[in-house]
Order: sequence, then structure tokens, then C-alpha cells
Amino acid sequence: MEDIDFNSQTRKKSRRGEIWRRMKKNRIAMVGLFIFSAILLLTISADLITPYDKAITGSLADRLTPPSSSHWFGTDNYGRDIFARILHASRRSLVMGIGAVLVGITLGGLLGACAGYYGGRVDSVIMRIIDTVICIPFMLLVLAIVAALGPGLVNVLIALMISMIPTYTRVIRSAILTVVGQDYIEAAKSCGTPNRWIILKHVLPNAIGPIIVQATMTVGTMIIWAASTSFLGMGIQPPEPEWGAMLAESKDYMLTAPYMVMFPGFAIALTALSLNLMGDGLRDALDPRLKD
Amino acid sequence: MAEPQTPLLSIRGLEVRYETDEAITHAVNGINLDINVGETVGLVGETGAGKTTTALAVMRLLPHRTGKITEGCILFRGEDVLRKSNGEMRQMRGERISMIFQDPMTSLNPTMTMGEQIRESLEIHNKGMSAALTDARVDELLTMVGIPPRRKHEYPHQFSGGMKQRIVIAIALACRPELLIADEPTTALDVTIQAQVLALMNELKESMRTSMILITHDLGVVSEMCDKVAIMYAGEIIERGSADDILDDGPHHPYTVGLFNSIPDIERESKRLSPIAGLMPDPAALPGGCKFHPRCGDAADACRSLAPPPFVSGEHIIACHKFGSSNGGRI
Repeated sequence: MEDIDFNSQTRKKSRRGEIWRRMKKNRIAMVGLFIFSAILLLTISADLITPYDKAITGSLADRLTPPSSSHWFGTDNYGRDIFARILHASRRSLVMGIGAVLVGITLGGLLGACAGYYGGRVDSVIMRIIDTVICIPFMLLVLAIVAALGPGLVNVLIALMISMIPTYTRVIRSAILTVVGQDYIEAAKSCGTPNRWIILKHVLPNAIGPIIVQATMTVGTMIIWAASTSFLGMGIQPPEPEWGAMLAESKDYMLTAPYMVMFPGFAIALTALSLNLMGDGLRDALDPRLKD
Repeated sequence: MAEPQTPLLSIRGLEVRYETDEAITHAVNGINLDINVGETVGLVGETGAGKTTTALAVMRLLPHRTGKITEGCILFRGEDVLRKSNGEMRQMRGERISMIFQDPMTSLNPTMTMGEQIRESLEIHNKGMSAALTDARVDELLTMVGIPPRRKHEYPHQFSGGMKQRIVIAIALACRPELLIADEPTTALDVTIQAQVLALMNELKESMRTSMILITHDLGVVSEMCDKVAIMYAGEIIERGSADDILDDGPHHPYTVGLFNSIPDIERESKRLSPIAGLMPDPAALPGGCKFHPRCGDAADACRSLAPPPFVSGEHIIACHKFGSSNGGRI
């Protein structure tokens, strides 16, 4: 008996505590979390580790030197320290990647949830608009929006958010549709639960799995897309460092100085990987059926 | 009956159709039904007879693009349910009319704890209620259905089927509704648990004086629970009466006789059960005359062309040509 009572005491912990406890058990997710925390920490303390000047100025005498003790990741074609550039670029890249995904998925999520839940005319109107927008090639849409707003980090971010909304809307709508037909949604209606409560408390939590996976998977893609706009001269303006832009700049030196491509590529891959691992773990932790 | 009381719920000439591009399905075809305060009415019939559709129509939860109420009215305490706005209807659901669904495995949200799910209904209908009071009420409800309140922090998958159904009952009764619609509440449960759940429902119904519509195809459940019984076939009520009327050996609709013949009788020795031959007609293409005539052993010419007149004996009404007519109109 005492055993059971003890259990019920531990269960009184908050929901967030519960999720965290379950996440901790998932070793791979914790690795992801660790890597991502390290990246975040480095990003925040970039100025303490190496001054920003080092990332944007270099001497031509030092150009294209391979990794050494003075330049850990080597130098680029202008003699700038790649390590410093990657460190300072992380700020922009993370904001781009994560910001675009967060805002895009929130707006897309609301649209998708409404379309999937209400169905009928609401669904038709939302999805026809989405279908129309999705017909425009992604890059073209981003460029059109950036061109209209003018180049710059914030505008690229806005363009990416808007351009991702249709994709998220579709994914989330289909995730919602699998839940809407369930009996517990009907049961909630039979209790007189208002629609927005049903969407927020019953529908979305049960459809969260694919949404989280989609979100974490697209962060890496967003960084690359942001880079592509930089490559076309519409995003980050040189000499500001940004992972994607660094990748783009280094393509001419791929054969002679492969480290120039490798390190920014590695940074993007590592960020995307850590987020994916974390996302997987979070999805499992949020699903009480997989508990214990 | 000496003192006619106004019924809690009265369904008059209800017709429900499901309209799709391919076909119009006549799910419910003009039924009348009265439920008095504190009474349990059994709605019995095969799959597809329109029992659940009737229940959903009362709740106004028919699938909103295909399901249409084409005729009739549903009066709840004299107010027409069909004329209410969506907001008023939402107020009524859970508070005055609530529903128990067939499968407790799927009718609870797997991502919310049991406590939260019971709370939800209380919070919706009692806006001003303090958190402590709500908590106390959740505990009280759990105790009432025989589940230790300390388990309220657990999720649906941690409970057995019978416990889940008891929690579903707790949710349905949270706001002390006047009418409870139970849609085959024991079908998904095994026999021993069935008895427990039925006993619990009976007990709670008595103590709260809740009226109940019990949808079932199990005549055993009917004999245990119901005051009145309505037998449905192809969207019509073909026989109606008190539980005694239906369960005794008096005259019955051939379909009712068929239903009883298809369950084993402990006192009679027979090698085989005699099921009713054939299947329920396709509700998108119902036969003329008596809907049951293609499967009826006693079918005569009149059955094929004319809708059967009701035969009335006290409260007991049978719609069949066999018994002739005592007055015009439908059941």
C-alpha cells in the first residue's frame, strides 16, 4: 500500500516535469539535446571566444591556409579565420533556421488545424489558396518576397516564413484529419466542449508527432535556403558571416581548400541532426502511450 | 395511464437522411418516442436500424455535411432542440443531455490524464467554480464510479476497458444531466464487466433520477435495465411497449419474435438457434409496404404494398398487418 501511495505522490509532479523525466530516459534524444545546447552556448558566447573583427577581416597573406594551431579551421580566400566566421555565423543561421520554422509552423499549424477540423467550406477556401501558393516554386516565391521587401536578414526571414506556410499547412492538415475522426473528438463534442478547446486540447496534442518531426527536419533546409538567397545577393550582405553563405562562397575552392566547404557544412549538418534527435525524443516523450 | 406527465424528451415524426452524391440513405423514417423523467427506454435493433442516428439527432451531432433532419421535432422539456442555436446546443450538451459512446477504448483522449478529462466537462459548464471545488468534485465522481481518486493522474492506456467505461460514465454524469444517452455502453466489454457497468449505471440513474436512452442489441441488457422498450427496424419503430410487454409471451411483431429466437434459451433444448433469414434492407433503397416483408415468414399481399397500421393494446403498440388496426396513423 505504501508503495502505491508513494507512486501517487511522485505522479503529482507537473506535466512538464513528467515530459522531461521521460525525455531523460531517451539517450539518443539527450545526445541531441547536448549537442544543441553546446551549439547554443557557443553561439551566445561567440564574442567571448573570438572577436567579431576576426570573422570579417583577414590579411590576404594568410589566404587559404589549411587548419593549424593559429587558425583551427583554416582561413578562407580573403584570409579570414573560418573558425571565427562559423562561430559568429551561427547567430544568424540559427535565427534563420529556427525562426522561420517556428513562425511558419505556428501560422501553418493554425490554418491546417482549422482546415482539417472544420472541413467543408473552411477547408475548401484555405486549401485552394494553399494549393495556389504551393504551385509557385519555393525559391521563386522567396525571391519575389525578398525582392519586394528589399534584401537583408529580416526580410529573408519573413520570406522564408511565408513561403513555408503552405507546406506546413498541408502536413498539419493531414495529421489533424487522422485525429478528427476519432471517437474522443465526438465524445468531447457531446460534452459541449467549444471548438477551439477541442482543437487545442484534443486535436493538436494527438497530432503533434508528425508536426514536431516536420519542424525539426526543416530547420536544416531553412538554413540552406537562407544561404541560397545570400548566394544570389539578396540575403546576408558580405562580409557578414552566415553558414549557408560561407558554403556558397567556398564552392570555387572545393578542390584546393576542401576545409572551406567542410566546416560550414558540418555546422549545418550538426545543428540539423541535433534538432532531429531532440525532436524524435520530444515526440516520444509527449506521447503518454509510450510512457514507461 | 391515470396521470399523464409531460415527457422529458419527446421525439415526433423524426426523419433523418444521409445525403451523399451517390445515394440518399433513409436512416430514420418517422419515429415517435417519449421518455419520462427517471425512465429508461431501450432502443433495440440490428446494426443499421437507425438507433445511433436517432441518438445523434437528439444531440444534434449528426455529421454536418451529410446528415440531415428532414422532418419532425425533438422536444426536450418542451423546447425544440432542432431550433436551438449552436451555442445554446453546446450549453445543453454535457450539462442537460450527455452521451456515453460504445467503445471506451477510443472515446477517451489518449494524451490527457483521466482527471483532466473529467475536469474539462465541469469547467465548461461551471465557469465560476473554484479549482479546489472542481478537484473535489473530480474525486467525488471517481469514487462514485469505483475508481480510487489517486489514479486521476494516470492516462487512459493505464486503465482496463471496464475502468475506462466507468470513467466515461463519470464524465457523462459530471454535470448531473437530465438525460443520458448510452450508445451500446457494454458492447465492447466482456460479460463479467458488462454486469458491473450495468449495475453501476442503474445505481447512478436511481440516485440522480436521470432518464436514459439505452441503445443496445442485447435483449438481456434490456430485461435488466429498461422500463420501456422500442424495437427499431430499418429506421422505424416497429414495436413499442413496457419492458414487460416486450418480454412476455403475448403478441409480437414477427421481427421481435425473430430477435428472441436468435438468442439461446436456457430452458429450451434446441440444437440450433434460428436466426432471422436475410439481411436488413439497404436504407438507400427501402422496400415498399412493411419494411420487414422480404424477411417475414408471415408476409401477405398487404404487407408488400401498404405500410402496416399500428395495433394498440394499452401501452403496447405493434406495427404489423397480422394484428389488424385499432386506429389510424403511425406508431
